[in-house]
Amino acid sequence: MLHELTLCGLAAKLDAREVSAREAMQACLDRIDAVDGRVSAFMSVDRDDALGQADAADAALAKGATHAGQPLLGVPVSMKDLFCIRGQPANCSSKILGDFRSPYDGTVVRKLRDAGAVLFGRVNMDEFAMGSSTENSAFGRTHNPWDLERVPGGSSGGSAAAVVAQECFGSIGTDTGGSIRQPAALCGCVGLKPTYGRVSRYGVVAFASSLDQVGPLARDVRDSAVLLGAMAGHDPRDSTSVPTEVPDYVAGLGGDLKGIRLGLPREYLIDGIDPGVRAAFDEAVKQCEALGAEIHEVSMPHTEYGVATYYIVATAEASANLARFDGIRYGDRVDGDDPFSLYCNTRGRGFGEEVKRRIILGTYVLSSGYYDAYYLRAQKVRTLIKRDFEQAFESVDALITPTVPAPAFKAGEKMDDPLQMYLSDIFTISCNLAGTCGISLPCGFTGDPKLPIGLQILGKPFEESRLLQIAHAYEQATPWHRERAVL
Amino acid sequence: MADNDFDIQYVANLARIALSPEEEGKLSTQLGDILGYVKKLEELDVTGVEPMAHAVPMANVLRADEVQPSISQEAALANAPRQANSLFVVPKIVE
Amino acid sequence: MEYEAVIGLETHCQLKTNSKMFCGCANEFGAEPNTNVCPVCLGMPGVLPVPNERALQLTALTGYLLNCEVPGFAKFDRKNYFYPDVCKDYQITQYDFPSTTTGQVDFEFGGGIERVRITRAHLEEDVGKNNHFAQHSGVDFNRAGVPLLEIVSEPDLRSADMAYEYLNSLKDILIYGGVSDCDMEKGMVRCDVNISVRPKGGSELGVKVEIKNMNTFSGVRRAINYEVPRQIETLEAGGTLVQETRRWDDVAGITESMRTKEHAHDYRYFPEPDLMPLKPDEAWLAEVRSQIVELPLARKQRFAKDYGIPAQDADVFVGNVPLGGFFEQAIEGASNPKAIANWVINNLQARLTETGTTIGDLKFEPSAIRELVAIIDTGTISSTGGQEVFAELFENGGSPAAIVEDRGLAQVSDSGELDKWCQEAIDANPGPADDFRNGKENAINFLKGQVMKASRGKANPQVVGETLAKLLKG
Repeated sequence: MLHELTLCGLAAKLDAREVSAREAMQACLDRIDAVDGRVSAFMSVDRDDALGQADAADAALAKGATHAGQPLLGVPVSMKDLFCIRGQPANCSSKILGDFRSPYDGTVVRKLRDAGAVLFGRVNMDEFAMGSSTENSAFGRTHNPWDLERVPGGSSGGSAAAVVAQECFGSIGTDTGGSIRQPAALCGCVGLKPTYGRVSRYGVVAFASSLDQVGPLARDVRDSAVLLGAMAGHDPRDSTSVPTEVPDYVAGLGGDLKGIRLGLPREYLIDGIDPGVRAAFDEAVKQCEALGAEIHEVSMPHTEYGVATYYIVATAEASANLARFDGIRYGDRVDGDDPFSLYCNTRGRGFGEEVKRRIILGTYVLSSGYYDAYYLRAQKVRTLIKRDFEQAFESVDALITPTVPAPAFKAGEKMDDPLQMYLSDIFTISCNLAGTCGISLPCGFTGDPKLPIGLQILGKPFEESRLLQIAHAYEQATPWHRERAVL
Repeated sequence: MADNDFDIQYVANLARIALSPEEEGKLSTQLGDILGYVKKLEELDVTGVEPMAHAVPMANVLRADEVQPSISQEAALANAPRQANSLFVVPKIVE
Repeated sequence: MEYEAVIGLETHCQLKTNSKMFCGCANEFGAEPNTNVCPVCLGMPGVLPVPNERALQLTALTGYLLNCEVPGFAKFDRKNYFYPDVCKDYQITQYDFPSTTTGQVDFEFGGGIERVRITRAHLEEDVGKNNHFAQHSGVDFNRAGVPLLEIVSEPDLRSADMAYEYLNSLKDILIYGGVSDCDMEKGMVRCDVNISVRPKGGSELGVKVEIKNMNTFSGVRRAINYEVPRQIETLEAGGTLVQETRRWDDVAGITESMRTKEHAHDYRYFPEPDLMPLKPDEAWLAEVRSQIVELPLARKQRFAKDYGIPAQDADVFVGNVPLGGFFEQAIEGASNPKAIANWVINNLQARLTETGTTIGDLKFEPSAIRELVAIIDTGTISSTGGQEVFAELFENGGSPAAIVEDRGLAQVSDSGELDKWCQEAIDANPGPADDFRNGKENAINFLKGQVMKASRGKANPQVVGETLAKLLKG
């Protein structure tokens, strides 16, 4: 069945003209028809547009285009609902955007198109990427393909679920505090958060500008490398985009872990990690050692301050970033007698609970009299957290940790305790604060129910290539990436 | 660090978000918990530590002063909830 | 008790760039509503700002022109407030690390030179424009994102007239530097005025009233002239003043308290995470410094001192820079700058105005005016002849010497010919000749006129007078 192929597997068949892009696209649409009623990963699919793009890819293939030139030619890829695609909606899983349609293409969209991808379907997410379970969507929750009662993680939960349910060959998400890696871990796929500045944020609806980064969710490491290669690179439209060379990520794959020094951060291996997760992680460390890696314990003393720092920095930035959703230029408007009441009504009605909570928190920490105590202090602690990474990277090439302390929880379980929800991001958050890159890949399953467990590898800034190489070596030596959820 | 019993109505007004009385109560409690948690940061001595505003330090990222095409008036106004005379219509502003 | 006014101004002026501050839309006035806009300046979801380098250069240049520090580190911040014309509901500005700080402006006032200290001049983005209708308002975002320089003065101004002169000097400086066109009609300059009063000579500041969004300098003057007495009268009547924002009603000629907004302002400034800090290096600053121009006051003082021309003439050359430049070229090596100034101002400027042309359209070199004045001074031609030469120069160009030659305009001082014309005049007009001989000295003027007529203006009037007297006295 076509939908079971990896992205690279499909690209090879397209390149060999064994299948057409239309067949591949149709396979995804059929699969969505078959399973998405249960998974609810997709918010909308523009079928005509998708098949039109696939036909265009077939026409290019007929004219002799190759996957050496366009590695994603004819490959259906889904997009988290916060990418701006000209003429298409971008709801951010919020009511507030109403019937907004983007008047422009973002840079990632343009780059993926240039690489030949068929960008189809908007996948579900936590509203404005705020959440860890995709329950904070105004359009209903997404289900974990391994256990429909459970959450897929978030905020890119729709992306992870769609990839694992084989409804697309890859999906593009964003990661502000773990929003790619955590759902990848909870659903059992590969999720990569590139170094801040590696992928353009232009055309990505912002949550927290200094933390957000775009990255791929895919079935395996090689697929992730292809997707990253297509998206990465300097963009003059994003002042925070870094002008460094983009290596050939796929060419860098292969080999073992001989001579690679992996750091185990002492502070990550805390009490309270689920025993199944801990066991799988310990096993993964042994596997890496068996592959030739040197394991070193390292200390990252400010780890425990990550969540507090993150929730100040991220919410402060979000409070400004989300101000523009005011019902004046786009989106749903709830009228008022004057602009003030129009704003309050529009935003009171349009935003969901978690978004309101974070905007109000962010507004508060920036407000007069509190800025120094909260925001400025958090920015300083952020410096300390970054230094932890710099110091650790003096003695090791990468860090390995569990991605999440526990496997997927049941829907509704943490909805009334936001702080507990926030604390579950403890292993993924520091990477965003430090701005470096990280990847999560499957490293086993819990027993009953059978739920995926994620291994996180954190690399030095702009060393995605090394990260992918380590992840690939581990992945190829283990069976986990071949496991499929039964739907 | 500051007191946690912050004025939810004041902050919600600053953020321009209308809240129901139930929401106000619930958010007050939850944000109180969260602010109590972030007090953790007080434990650290941050004397002399530079605040970090960007993950990757760069400077002088600029563009040349060149005019690029704008979008059409139609495209600019296409998403407006309300428009007239090519303007975005809002309730009367009393300045 | 005697009071004094303490006034500070925040002056916003649009920078003269091709494109907007953070996007490539044209920085242009007068386009159809919402046509000079793009996703960035409309604050669409997902967009990012990229700063215009020219705007930063002009900001630094202004810093130099206002004698400011241009620090080695500056950054952008977000100023958060909801308003329909603020497309992102925050404005990108510079808060605690502006691009320029601590300068001063010297300007002429009350017969002397006054100095106003400048707190800072920082860069921000302009907002859209609200249009008001009976039931609703409508927003045009063409102006949103235009680079705006906010020049903040210390409260060094003491009167409405002083504020008015300061604003005019500031405007001249900005126009001079090519920083801004400062076209008031196009709303390129807007002011917030901070006014308080205190017992004369005191050092503490009184309760401050802010009058926002003034768009004419005369309005600023009138508003201060209303507001200062109002504050003094309130205090003298035993009342108290409240710190507030007031609105200037230009029609009624009064300031009035703006309805106290239900919500206090709390701008929640924080560093703009989408923009990197600015660290101007020496090479970049040197490039900016190469664009520094002489300021109006300095120019006026230099023209008056170096060229010995009257203050009034110097003002003309300050107000019309190209004309002043022409003048400076014309006087190179000349001995009579004052006469040259007269020709440039009275003749050249007048003709340019009449014909609607500019210095750039001229068909002759500045040195031609120098030559013209020289041949008048040496008596080669009369001043009437000079007018004819100038007219020809202006029409067709050429050199004064050639025109004099072509048209035979050189004055005749040769005694043979003059003697002949004079004798003929005496012979033909015995009456006036006798009158002169009988002691009526003025009668010679009639004879002189006859000789000039006969010579078709070419006779040197001075020599004619001398010759006639000689012949008559025989």
